[in-house]
Amino acid sequence: MSTFPISIPRPTNPTGVWNWITTIDHKKIGIMYGITAFILFISGGIEATLMRIQLAGPELDIVSAAIYNQLFTMHGTTMIFLAIMPLGAAFFNFLIPLQIGARDVAFPRLNAFSYWTFLAGALMLKLSWIGGATDAGWFGYAPLTSIDQNPGTGIDFWIISLQILGIASLAAAFNFIVTIINLRAPGMTWMRLPLFTWMSFITAILLVLAFPIITVALIELTLDRYFAFNFFSVANGGSVVLWQHLFWVFGHPEVYILILPAMGIVSEVLPVFSKKPLFGYATVVLAGAIIAFMGWMVWSHHMFTVGLGPVANSVFTITTMLIAVPTGIKVFNWIGTIWGGSIKLNTPMLFSLGFIAMFLIGGLSGVMHAVSAHDAQQQDTYFVPAHIHYVLFGGAIMAIMSGIYYWFPKYSGKMFNEREGKLHFWLMIIGQNLTFFPMHFVGLDGMPRRIYTYAEGMGWDLWNGISTLGVFILIAGFLVMINNLGRHWRNGPIAPADPWDARTLEWSIPSPPPEYNFKEIPIVKALDDWWITKQENPEKVASIDEGSVGYSDGNHGIHMPQASYWPLVVSVGILIAAYGVVFNNFIMPWFLAGIGLIISFIGVYSWSLEPVNDPDESSSH
Amino acid sequence: MTKTPKRIKIFGQIVLSIGMILGLSACYPSHSQSTFDPNGPVAAAQLEIFWWILIGASIVFVLVEGILIYSIFKFSGKSETYIPKQVHGNHKLEITWTLLPAIILVIIAIPTIDTLFYAASPPKHALEQHTLEVIGHQWWFEFRYPNPYENTKEIVTANEVYIPVGYPISINLESVDVIHSFWVPKLAGKVDMVPSEGNSMWFQANEPGEYFGQCAEYCGTSHANMRFKVIAVPEPEYVAWLQYQASSAIESTDPLALEGKNVFKSAGCSGCHSINSTINKGSVGRIGPNLTHVASRRHLAAGVLMNSKNGGPVNDFYLQNNLREWISDPESIKPGNIMSAQAAVYTNSDRKLTEHEISALVGYLTSLK
Repeated sequence: MSTFPISIPRPTNPTGVWNWITTIDHKKIGIMYGITAFILFISGGIEATLMRIQLAGPELDIVSAAIYNQLFTMHGTTMIFLAIMPLGAAFFNFLIPLQIGARDVAFPRLNAFSYWTFLAGALMLKLSWIGGATDAGWFGYAPLTSIDQNPGTGIDFWIISLQILGIASLAAAFNFIVTIINLRAPGMTWMRLPLFTWMSFITAILLVLAFPIITVALIELTLDRYFAFNFFSVANGGSVVLWQHLFWVFGHPEVYILILPAMGIVSEVLPVFSKKPLFGYATVVLAGAIIAFMGWMVWSHHMFTVGLGPVANSVFTITTMLIAVPTGIKVFNWIGTIWGGSIKLNTPMLFSLGFIAMFLIGGLSGVMHAVSAHDAQQQDTYFVPAHIHYVLFGGAIMAIMSGIYYWFPKYSGKMFNEREGKLHFWLMIIGQNLTFFPMHFVGLDGMPRRIYTYAEGMGWDLWNGISTLGVFILIAGFLVMINNLGRHWRNGPIAPADPWDARTLEWSIPSPPPEYNFKEIPIVKALDDWWITKQENPEKVASIDEGSVGYSDGNHGIHMPQASYWPLVVSVGILIAAYGVVFNNFIMPWFLAGIGLIISFIGVYSWSLEPVNDPDESSSH
Repeated sequence: MTKTPKRIKIFGQIVLSIGMILGLSACYPSHSQSTFDPNGPVAAAQLEIFWWILIGASIVFVLVEGILIYSIFKFSGKSETYIPKQVHGNHKLEITWTLLPAIILVIIAIPTIDTLFYAASPPKHALEQHTLEVIGHQWWFEFRYPNPYENTKEIVTANEVYIPVGYPISINLESVDVIHSFWVPKLAGKVDMVPSEGNSMWFQANEPGEYFGQCAEYCGTSHANMRFKVIAVPEPEYVAWLQYQASSAIESTDPLALEGKNVFKSAGCSGCHSINSTINKGSVGRIGPNLTHVASRRHLAAGVLMNSKNGGPVNDFYLQNNLREWISDPESIKPGNIMSAQAAVYTNSDRKLTEHEISALVGYLTSLK
């Protein structure tokens, strides 16, 4: 090791900003993921608001056609890749080790790397607004992305940042797969895994299988744009439909990547506030797995009007209809869970119930799309945004809100204000239905999506006006939420370890959990182990709060992975290299990309040879 | 607990009545692109299948949301210490709610697939009698008819397509640049126009009238401004129209129009816009819309500007204003259009059209009835 040129010692108990920059604690990384993703969620919301203002009435001129097209492209890309996915990742990070009784993830530094790389991709994409963001749609259909159609750098930023986000997602997915397989506490068998962890596991597998496909598609597009290849160039024998197949073979599993963690959250919240175990645990797990499997067989339902012919469309009609079955099973099992329970209607529960109510609407309009004969009338109209927002806003975001409130005591160590939480719920339910339900109507009334303006007299004015109004109610809801959670995170009432009388292991340790999570690794004897422990031994609850020391405890004598600079360095290298690809003639061809790669390489090299601080020294403070 | 059913009932009534009001008002068949007012067999078959799925979905919606809301009211508000029976599942129930939806979905799939094949296969006599070629451009539609008077040629027009009432029309779709989608909601669901992958579809108008259409696949900056009309007329009128479209451009003797004709050449307009009504079969046309009979069209700039007060036959006053507006500043009407980006009169300030030249051009184009 002495021959290693850059042998920088590991940071020891860094404080302040450095603590967060060098942390490899899954809980802190989870919180960073959550806050970053929430800020990006707001940025996507601002993009949506501008679009809704432009469409509030016919022939308005608030934003130009060019800006509008950038807005909807960036809104879609942001919400999918920079908001809902990383919000899911925030929960994976914070919860999975806690739920399976582990002290951290399998590869803590890789976990930090995932976060910093995600941040790099996010920055790169959002900063592309300077100088013109991509305007080819989040689905980037060829040949709109070709160099002839789109010579600006917007598309390049989009391609490269999606590739970076792919690296981050893949690293995280592998990390969680290995963690869940290997780090489960003794007795935590597969069929005792909390439902959220199960859904995360399935999601991670989907990620690993789906991202390589978009990676390949994006590499092909990069070759087309940078080196005059002809994958998607019709004039030279390429195929524009190829892109659609590649994109949707990725894109449809991606939808399940967004919704499965949400289903996991709801499957945690409903039992707790019904005081009953999840109805049909095994069925719900299996339904999740079947959804993930069948998710690979339905991609062409995004392409019913492309002209694949009635035979292909028939096949995808049937597969798409059938995927509604496992989804239906989940909905019925959730209702079975609350049936006969003792329901407590607090904020997290309201959001989970709201999820079922809204997701059902999205599911039913999904079946309507599957009726491919009529889909020819729905495709690319506002009926589709109505569906997708009932699934991803009424579905994924509602569930994520439920999770944000449900685990708030655990990650912040404080309690939020229940009345304000409920106010947020009602504003959101009203706001989203006002915003998204009228889209069904204008869609069937013939309004295409992705149009920056529409003529007077088409009959779309009223519903568009109502849609726009709904957005402001949603904004009010989120302001209430930010105020509530922001204020109480700093000086809310101290949260007990188990404020909800919950069922899973994360509630058996103090709030917030100490760095090492579990003083002793628990031995799991059953599904809902913590609930059963409490039933058998009620005093156990009172004893956990003793010795709670919060995040910054360094005095526990438990050997924990140590902080590191290198994940950040590797990510910074990747960011520089990425800019180098977009600006590939800066100073000299590929100069910047080379610099970035060298930095990344140094980072990886140093990472692999990083010294471990003397264990005696770390236990001596 | 006695209050609960009443509350649910009222709640249910409110939801239902709001739903019905919204549902009814959304279906405005009078709206020009409503899918609820089919005027041909394809759109009608597609709507019929939609009604079935809508009824099915509504029943599921009311049932599931009803049970959800009922159970929320029924099982909430119990004492904090009450612990319900820890039920882990019920196999019979779970098998039922797996199989039942699966069976229902398979039942729906059968008529769906039937309609799918119906919409995809033009009737044989349509193929023989009435075929129409539609070519997508950023951001306008080119239409080509077989020329009944000279079968090596095709009649070319743009953004406005006449069809005979009561005849199935077979349509071939192509695109010269990006993917567009051909959609006339009242006649048939959309089919995409994919470069180098020819698609086909068919429709038929049962009654005379003007049917609105619009590009449905995002195709770049002015996607929103890519509209067209299908004008269905009785067959004799159609035959007359087609014959007229096949005729060559009118030679006006008006001095302003004659001057405009020269400007049309000298300013470079003719480089992209043809004044020949026909073209060799299958050959690639010029970049811009064919203008042989531009003054006979009810709209300008792909359905964006109306050449009359309320649709209907062309009013010269509107037409002249629209032409002037379009020629003076096309970018403001159709952002991103190729003409304002590439034509020398817009890109080169030395060649900018003078007011007089614009007037001459307007005079000339107005004469192209």
